[in-house]
Amino acid sequence: MTSKPWFEAHDWTTVQRDIYATTPRQVEQALATSRRTLDDFRALISPAAQPYLEPMAQLSHQLTQKRFGKTMQLYAPLYVSNECQNICTYCAFSLDNRIARRTLTAEELLREAQAVRALGYEHILLVTGEANQTVGVPYLKQAIRLLRRMFSHISMEVQPLDQPEYEELISEGLNTVLVYQETYNRSTYRNHHPKGKKSNFAYRLETPDRLGQAGIHKIGLGALLGLEDWRTDSFFTAAHLHYLERTYWQTRYSVSFPRLRPIDLRQNGAITSKSFERCMSDRDLVQLICAYRLFNEEVELSLSTRETPRFRDHVLRLGITSLSAGSKTNPGGYVVEPQSLEQFTISDERSPAEIEAVIRQHGYEPVWKDWDKTFMPL
Amino acid sequence: MITQPFVIAGQSFSSRLFTGTGKFGSTQLMEEALLASGTELVTVALKRVDAYTHQDDTLVHLTHSRLRLLPNTSGVRTAREAVFAAQMAREALETNWLKLEIHPDPKYLLPDPIETLNAARELVKLGFIVLPYIHADPVLCKRLEEVGVAAVMPLGAPIGTNKGLRTIDFLKIIIEQSRVPVVIDAGLGAPSHAAAAMELGADAVLVNTAIAVSDDPVRMATAFRMAVEAGRLAYEARLARPATTANASSPLTAFLDEL
Repeated sequence: MTSKPWFEAHDWTTVQRDIYATTPRQVEQALATSRRTLDDFRALISPAAQPYLEPMAQLSHQLTQKRFGKTMQLYAPLYVSNECQNICTYCAFSLDNRIARRTLTAEELLREAQAVRALGYEHILLVTGEANQTVGVPYLKQAIRLLRRMFSHISMEVQPLDQPEYEELISEGLNTVLVYQETYNRSTYRNHHPKGKKSNFAYRLETPDRLGQAGIHKIGLGALLGLEDWRTDSFFTAAHLHYLERTYWQTRYSVSFPRLRPIDLRQNGAITSKSFERCMSDRDLVQLICAYRLFNEEVELSLSTRETPRFRDHVLRLGITSLSAGSKTNPGGYVVEPQSLEQFTISDERSPAEIEAVIRQHGYEPVWKDWDKTFMPL
Repeated sequence: MITQPFVIAGQSFSSRLFTGTGKFGSTQLMEEALLASGTELVTVALKRVDAYTHQDDTLVHLTHSRLRLLPNTSGVRTAREAVFAAQMAREALETNWLKLEIHPDPKYLLPDPIETLNAARELVKLGFIVLPYIHADPVLCKRLEEVGVAAVMPLGAPIGTNKGLRTIDFLKIIIEQSRVPVVIDAGLGAPSHAAAAMELGADAVLVNTAIAVSDDPVRMATAFRMAVEAGRLAYEARLARPATTANASSPLTAFLDEL
């Protein structure tokens, strides 16, 4: 059991039932109001809101421009390790997947970072699996020290840590931590995370609290869309965001939309592709993006290269505020070892320069730098 | 210029429209809009520019002799961070002018009055020309004046909201009491809001979102320039106030004139 009242206040089955029982009248009320509540969000992600997608998109577009202007932030992930002690049924780095494991040395990390920097990036996202022996806090600390000299803004998507560990990394220059709950349904979570430290649902759920208490600047939330009913999971994500904003009011928040992608599995020398059943449609994802913006005018919304070029080109005006581009999701993927196994298959393989051109075509200014290391005096 | 010039820290400005540089669809469009606005003071977020390489795309478009840069500390949460960032800004952008912004609340970007006062005191000692972004709080404005800020920049409404002069009653008190220039910053969404601020007697206004996010930033910048000039002219020409007392048809004091 978790001790989090915000989580206990919502029962999965009831939330799901209420979402699917939403009436057109409730959707219209949610659209008509100015400052929207969680109940409004629930109405906007419901099937009843589907006929209202165009007015939602128009409103989302306006609200996003008012807050963020005609700008789009760009970032790139830097995978430093695919070693992992967890079994996650949807991930190519899962312990039971027979792949070559590697963790970048300091020298390799530097080469990869230089390659990313050369593409124009100032914002970098450090990604690992969960291998506390080899890629624990000392490794991360050293990596942040190295990256801090080259980048304006350092984010991290790694295993959940304890509060003092976060404090240590923040003092080294860590700015943002992304930690997705994957699913807020406890039993589904258990089925997909049978082994490893990650199987502890409550420890993961309380990670943003430890981050908030450690004084982190930004926290990224999300649910892995496709593991469970995306509507119910998204309601819980929004409720989590709502709670965190009121509790850790000095922290900024972002939400990501990781839709499950097919992964490559290697067993007995053969490679098979695994795909997922409960995937959400493009239309669903647009509805979700717009619903978040209508619910929260200030939250940053991020879209990765999991999505196709066509989809990304169209939704960048609908509420998204940051994009990754030219991403490699394998350790060493930029220069050190481009052929190693990816965590998931990229859909949008265009280069950062091509994405920059697309952003400009839409009348937006690509933003490479929106932070400065002088803001975090050591 | 048709209105009286005004002075901040010994620097004379003929335009009373200060502008921001964020949220524009391109740096080219930003430059065109700023030139159309007639502005002479533009604020730049230190976090957005690469101040050291001298080839930052935003800064390249701001190299006009008429434009004075006003670096801002947007992104800092404490006085300590603000002082550190200010020193970096001074070194990199070669100006001791500073828009002091400390908003620990990243949602509404509301300024922290306590940290702002502490930082202002320190920065003035360090030789900065400090223009603090603050709530429309008359007492805070006097306290800032006492520590030596060059102007005060109270908000009209939460930043980026385009809501206009929601704090008007407090702005009137600030303008009445202030011995330093009053620049109304944040929340001005329409040229009519800017004109109203100038009619109140504000020395200048700062506008960003309403110009940058407009469908035609150049024309909107022109509209704001005209509105600021019109409002200021009206103020200088002693705007006729609406009568607040009625002319009673049966005066209560008429008996004094009788007999």
